[in-house]
Amino acid sequence: MSREATKPVFSEKIDDWLLGFYNAFEFVKLVFKEAFSGDFEFNEFVRQCYHIGLRSLPLISLTGFVTGFVFTKQSRPSLMEFGATSWLPSLVTIAIVRALAPLVTSLICSGKIGSGIGAELGSMKVTEQIDAMEVSAVNPIRYLVVTRVLASTITIPILSFYCALVALAGCFLNVAVNEGTNLFAFFEKGFDSIIFLDVITAVIKAVSFGFTIGMIGCYKGFNASNGTQGVGKAANSSVVLSMFLIFIEEIFIVQVTNWFR
Amino acid sequence: MEKTIEIKDLYKSFGSLDVLLGVNLDVYENENVVVLGRSGTGKSVLIKIIAGLLSPDLGQVKVFGQSVPDLDKKELNALRLKIGFSFQNSALYDSMTVRENLEFPLVRNIKNMTRAEIDKAVEEVIDGVGLKKTLDQMPSELSGGQRKRIGIARTLIMNPKIMLYDEPTAGLDPITCQEINELMNEVKERYRTSSIIITHDLTCAKETGDRVAVLFDGKFKYQGTFEEVFSNADPRIRSFYDYNFIESKLQD
Ligand SMILES: Nc1ncnc2c1ncn2[C@@H]1O[C@H](COP(=O)(O)OP(=O)(O)OP(=O)(O)O)[C@@H](O)[C@H]1O
Ligand SMILES: [Mg+2]
Repeated sequence: MSREATKPVFSEKIDDWLLGFYNAFEFVKLVFKEAFSGDFEFNEFVRQCYHIGLRSLPLISLTGFVTGFVFTKQSRPSLMEFGATSWLPSLVTIAIVRALAPLVTSLICSGKIGSGIGAELGSMKVTEQIDAMEVSAVNPIRYLVVTRVLASTITIPILSFYCALVALAGCFLNVAVNEGTNLFAFFEKGFDSIIFLDVITAVIKAVSFGFTIGMIGCYKGFNASNGTQGVGKAANSSVVLSMFLIFIEEIFIVQVTNWFR
Repeated sequence: MEKTIEIKDLYKSFGSLDVLLGVNLDVYENENVVVLGRSGTGKSVLIKIIAGLLSPDLGQVKVFGQSVPDLDKKELNALRLKIGFSFQNSALYDSMTVRENLEFPLVRNIKNMTRAEIDKAVEEVIDGVGLKKTLDQMPSELSGGQRKRIGIARTLIMNPKIMLYDEPTAGLDPITCQEINELMNEVKERYRTSSIIITHDLTCAKETGDRVAVLFDGKFKYQGTFEEVFSNADPRIRSFYDYNFIESKLQD
């Protein structure tokens, strides 16, 4: 009954890679199927939202504020050459809304949330807790994955919005001290410079980044190989892969939305 | 007597690693079958196939007359409600309290239970394993023996007709082992279950097994009562026995 190992089609590496791609695709399909069948685990979903939000809030507050503050400070000299420091609020607002807020939030979250989900589900996998759910006739995809993916898809846009606010606060503090701009003028200038499409783009980005982080974390966790090493690997590779995908999505979404400008 | 589990010519390999090579085993109603075998012979794989966690390469696996690999998801879940699986490392949900662990399968499989009904069911199984005081603790605060018993209680809450125990006494001191053995015998009487008990521990085999089967080279070469199997002359069985014997001598 011993079976020969099947010959690779391309090379072993490429085969593995393609197979991984296929498996990931099947996993996403399965999650969608489960999301729309059976009962929704509302309590677990709320718990995950709370967890994701709370875990990353301090770091996002700090990073957001520093980003806004430093970005303003660094941009001042170039604008000063043209005597255009009054444009600082517009410039920074555009940068934050269009690019920085969703990206900074998602990169932080892929480190904080993605690795957390990968490690948690990975350790549940290797300690057979996922098998235990399955044999007690509870669908682990529905209980563990659907809730986490949905939670990160919803929470990360909210966190991005919060990040933008904090970054603008950092910017305002800087211009208030240096240029003496008041709050009303600051917001008037800032919001005049962004259009609805900027906001929509930011929301689309944040939603897809959030979805990616949750999905990759769960996928890596569910496929953790045995042993404690597998858990570490699942956590680590979910960060690497989700960051990679976030950059790809960033480029793609910016390209597509630019057609509408 | 009725057969609850019927396994015929079961094969399973992982890639080039052959694990099960023609396993045959029948388990009858209200019977405890002990499965012995060295580490890595595929004992855990066997019961995972019975519970539908792994699929066999070849052969027949029937539980209550239903062929497990051929069931669809719904049928499989219905069958799983009748099977209790006690994992080798207990597999308690470590983010939940003991109470939440026990409720977990119950509230998800039986809809519209009132709080009082749930509490009553929890109380019943936790009393059954004698660990009422741990209800609000986290699994990480429990000892190995307590974890094993909570793991068993979590499966009993669904009133299983079949119990699959994966090394229920591994890593426990002799007195705790004895308590677990008694618990398994109690479960058999109270819930009228048939069970497969995987173990390395011959005291456990002797105390709980109505029948013993030894897994060697991917097959059950020897089956019978404890005395029948161990009066066998096969040196590999004797060595298994002697090793345990020497170890228990050393512990005394
Ligand atoms: N999902 C899997 N994928 C690949 N190989 C596996 C898988 N599950 C088990 N194996 C392999 O099958 C063999 C039998 O494993 P199994 O866990 O059944 O052993 P066991 O008899 O229960 O041993 P122990 O007494 O140590 O628990 C081992 O070599 C193991 O590496
Ligand atoms: Mg095992």
